[in-house]
Amino acid sequence: MLPSFDEIWTWLPELLGGLSISLQVTALSLLFGIPFGLLLALGVLARKRSVRGLSLFLVEVGRGAPALVLLQFIYFGLPSTGLTIGSFAAAVIALAWNTGAYTSEIIRASLQSIAHGQREAAIALGLNRLDELRYVLLPQGLRVALPALLGFSILIFQGTSLCFTIALPELVSRAYEIGSTTFRYFPALLCAGVLYACISIPAALLVNHVEKRAGLYAQR
Amino acid sequence: MSVADLLPILRGLGWTVALTAGAFIIGAILGVPLLVARQSRLAPVRFLAMTLIQIIRAIPPILWLFIIFFGVGMTLLPISPFNAALAGLGLIAAANMAEIYRGALSSIHFGQWEASAALDLGRFWTVTDIVAPQAFRVALPSAASYLIGLMKETAVASTIGVTELAFQGNQLSQMTFRGLEVFAMVGLFYVLLSLPIAWLSRVADGYLQAKVAR
Repeated sequence: MLPSFDEIWTWLPELLGGLSISLQVTALSLLFGIPFGLLLALGVLARKRSVRGLSLFLVEVGRGAPALVLLQFIYFGLPSTGLTIGSFAAAVIALAWNTGAYTSEIIRASLQSIAHGQREAAIALGLNRLDELRYVLLPQGLRVALPALLGFSILIFQGTSLCFTIALPELVSRAYEIGSTTFRYFPALLCAGVLYACISIPAALLVNHVEKRAGLYAQR
Repeated sequence: MSVADLLPILRGLGWTVALTAGAFIIGAILGVPLLVARQSRLAPVRFLAMTLIQIIRAIPPILWLFIIFFGVGMTLLPISPFNAALAGLGLIAAANMAEIYRGALSSIHFGQWEASAALDLGRFWTVTDIVAPQAFRVALPSAASYLIGLMKETAVASTIGVTELAFQGNQLSQMTFRGLEVFAMVGLFYVLLSLPIAWLSRVADGYLQAKVAR
């Protein structure tokens, strides 16, 4: 049942190639998704009704629909409007949307957790809204949001496995392909599982550590 | 979209609900022994449960389903797609529910344990009569939001051929070449499914809060 050493050795380059794609998709989704989340958070808090409505719509769809459906919506749906994109781009767009929707809630909550006096002080100092955000709210808010954002990053890393359905050659696709050509499904999938665990478990321990540190900061 | 198009989606809806409910019940039940092991006084047992929870949560759901359906199902004992999905998602739910229970348990003030000890209630009755009812109330909102998350996670079962919502949407988009509308519709159905769960959880929470607020 278990993979032999020789098997692992021959499969490893293939699997690591898949892992690298999974990590690239994760990194790009976070890179675009978190700033998008910040924009959505500000949009939801905006005074203009149209901005608030659009932001709420994007957040609710991004959170309400399963990531798998978002992914297929972008990859299989967009071509019917005449816009065809590759599976890598579709993966990044869908997961960045997903990230933006979830992180906007995290960021909004952390911005609202900042004591009201801070905003009053910023106004008293004559800071405009952008400076208030840049120098007062974000540095404090992001510190509160950090553990939750890191935790979400692990979920997005695992979420890249959904890209199997749009034929992106990431880790699960590679393991499945090895399984279907050698008929050694269990060992091949097990190897992929171990690789996921090798990233996710240390990352989870790191998040726990950061969470404790962040807790200490809040207690002071 | 015509009414004929809606029919397969409605059929898929039934499977999604069945899978969600089944996996959640399995998780809610299996989560209890996992929690007990996680809180055990014996260090090896505690460590084992902790490792198990970590490993279950470290591997993405889709891979769990593949390991069970293709890995175990094709070599050891044959398993139907629905049962494989139920087993995989149930396993993941158990790990997550154990963590939700643990969070709720840690919110119970230690004075409650001390008072029970002073009354000589014994460990079993302390848990069933004093701690569990209070912890249940704390766990309810997070369990409800997990249930909604789990419902969306069942979409991955489409990859092993369970004919639920996402699967039907996929089929329909391939037949009609109108992916945009079909997937928008499927997404809408997931949102619609999550509304009654959120509403029920709020009602239940309000009811339980009212019971203690005297």
